[in-house]
Amino acid sequence: MPGMAEAFRGALGLIASGDAVLVGIVALSLVVSLSAVLLATLLGLPLGAAIAVGRFPGRRALIVLLDALMGLPPVVVGLLIYLLLSHAGPLGELGVLFTPPAMVIAQTVLVLPIIAALCRQAVEDAWVEYEEQLHSLGAQGLRAALTLVWDIRFSLVTAVLAGLGRALAEVGAVMIVGGNIDGVTRVMTTTIALETSKGDLPLALSLGFILITLVVVLNATAHLIKEAAQRRYG
Amino acid sequence: MAASASILPLALRELKFAAGGRDIIQGVSATIEAGPATIILGANGAGKSVLMRLMHGLLAPSSGEVSWNGQGPARARRGQAMVFQRPVMLRRSALANVVYALELAGVPAAQREQQAMDALGEVGLSAVAGRPARVLSGGEQQRLALARAWALHPEVLFLDEPTANLDPSATREIEAVIRAFDASGTKIIMSTHNLGQARRLGDEVLYLHQGRLAERAPVDSFFSKPASAEAAAFIKGESPWA
Repeated sequence: MPGMAEAFRGALGLIASGDAVLVGIVALSLVVSLSAVLLATLLGLPLGAAIAVGRFPGRRALIVLLDALMGLPPVVVGLLIYLLLSHAGPLGELGVLFTPPAMVIAQTVLVLPIIAALCRQAVEDAWVEYEEQLHSLGAQGLRAALTLVWDIRFSLVTAVLAGLGRALAEVGAVMIVGGNIDGVTRVMTTTIALETSKGDLPLALSLGFILITLVVVLNATAHLIKEAAQRRYG
Repeated sequence: MAASASILPLALRELKFAAGGRDIIQGVSATIEAGPATIILGANGAGKSVLMRLMHGLLAPSSGEVSWNGQGPARARRGQAMVFQRPVMLRRSALANVVYALELAGVPAAQREQQAMDALGEVGLSAVAGRPARVLSGGEQQRLALARAWALHPEVLFLDEPTANLDPSATREIEAVIRAFDASGTKIIMSTHNLGQARRLGDEVLYLHQGRLAERAPVDSFFSKPASAEAAAFIKGESPWA
């Protein structure tokens, strides 16, 4: 096994040279996680807003459940989606197991509760402030919810980025439903896990650098967007 | 102004409202006619804000009834607007906030912007039409709330302590706009605990004491010779210089 300094040098060399394998893995990670977050956002924001504004039986239980699901273990999600998509499973006919679409599905399930729950909280906080004014103006139900979501859109960026961070960082779900197949379903986290166990530390370490950099950049971007919006719109 | 039948008079019949185990409004009956500016006066906690919210339909009474010219509250919504103690503005321009209200009121898209600009002109905010509403000063935001109400041409305008958070100069500006509303024929129903403001803007006073209507009188006689002991004590307490 090479020394730590050597591993670092190798990792930086890989990144600097724009190694094709490395680029392919990073690209697949981004495509899978961004697709999952896009889907989870499209489903999660309306869901969160509806729960925040709606009044229906079982609402409290649903909120507790949704908050709890934020902490879903990725391997468990992977296992459930695996069972659904496997040949014998109810969705086996789709034939997507061990392909990127299966990874997108698993990450969508993983991220959806995070985005929906954070959105629910943000919308509910805003609702306290806006409710009477919107009712007075005649905005009810869906109309009021849409106005609210649009008005706090910059806060919701945080919810979406939290989801993206989770998707990029998880190993368990994509490992199980993707199968970590070289050149097909291998993403940053699964490669790090595999290469570390194989002893190819430079590749693992270079992906680790990139992953951390991505997560930091994403969060910095979220902060800048929120701050700029606060200055601009109050 | 709608050409259809008036939504007034507003009738309150044995109105009660309880929340959190507390009886906040304890049986208020009154008929409020078009014309005189009505001031709802009372100490903090007397139930002024709750009474207005019951009238405006933001709260449902625990018992009793609110009716508008014999109709249920739902049918009179369009004829009313309310300005709150603390204005709530959407994160968009001042103009867009007024346009939004017009959109909800069903004003055709082609007319919204012109009507909104007219309303902003009415309250002296034309110059800041394009500025984000939430970065305006407190007084400007309250005038914007009045412009938003103005654009709707309500028959009845509720104002819930509209100047409670404002400095004297902003208060004067708000009062001028309220007078303009009054002069244009809009029925004003305003709560305040500011006696000077009640005198300046009001024609009649509904005096609330602990959730009950303790007295109703024209503004002059209310202040010169209050009929109820509660009102007399309130006037004395609120004007220690007298």
